[in-house]
Amino acid sequence: MADVDIRAVRDEWVGRVFQEIDLVVDQHRMLEWAITAGETDPRFIDPEHPDFQASTAYPTHINAARMLPDDFPNLGERGIDGGKAVEWHRPMRAGDHLHATVQIGDVYEKTGRSGTMVFIVNRMSFYDSEKRLVAEVDWRMIRST
Amino acid sequence: MRIEDVELGDELPEERPDVSLETVRRFVIAAEMNMPRFTDHEAARREGLPGALIPGIMSQGHLAAMIHRWAPGSHVVRIDTVFRTPMVVGTAVVVKGAVTGINDDGTIEIDCTIISEATGATGVLGTALVRLSG
Repeated sequence: MADVDIRAVRDEWVGRVFQEIDLVVDQHRMLEWAITAGETDPRFIDPEHPDFQASTAYPTHINAARMLPDDFPNLGERGIDGGKAVEWHRPMRAGDHLHATVQIGDVYEKTGRSGTMVFIVNRMSFYDSEKRLVAEVDWRMIRST
Repeated sequence: MRIEDVELGDELPEERPDVSLETVRRFVIAAEMNMPRFTDHEAARREGLPGALIPGIMSQGHLAAMIHRWAPGSHVVRIDTVFRTPMVVGTAVVVKGAVTGINDDGTIEIDCTIISEATGATGVLGTALVRLSG
């Protein structure tokens, strides 16, 4: 890892889509997710509500088969979950047919008391059948030596 | 709630979400992450964990639910969470939040945390960008 130029990795990899998946939003799963995560707002737990939609963190569980491209450079062996972010652009509804792309969203370093860590952002973007962006999930993976 | 009703530093009512084994088991089935580390204390300890873990993305859901109860009809436009220390299923956790920003575009920023009541450790740190309904 010490020999890896993070800037060069970023320039080469950020924005590259390395996986695409199609999915249908499942109403039962949406409901169970919202209820067990403590939602009480009828928009998330009442399928009869006119604005019924997936709850805020729902898309975070949708994982691609691959976290990183097959030929992505080794930036450290030890992996830590650095957290997740969700950004919404329009509601996700039960029965929606979505297309998701997975790309490297960012690669950057941070140095602290425990040394230098490399953050790799796995970005999953969800599009509806009209190709409109619905939501984006950034999953930060931390690598250190 | 309207943005005129919000002031910097306003604290959201604390919540103690249901993180019982039964509820976490239902959650991980819905989330397609039904693994023993979330549903079986003994199996989790064999992995070196303090017990079955509350999934980080379930904690993220708890933060959003707190915001929706505080501001009915609001939209969490963005939420970012960092999972700092393991939170154990079946232990008491407290969800907290405070307004840290009021933006010209009508959104507000909320810093939120989930803390273990037993240890005082911060398990989850989050920031949310919220658009109020009014």
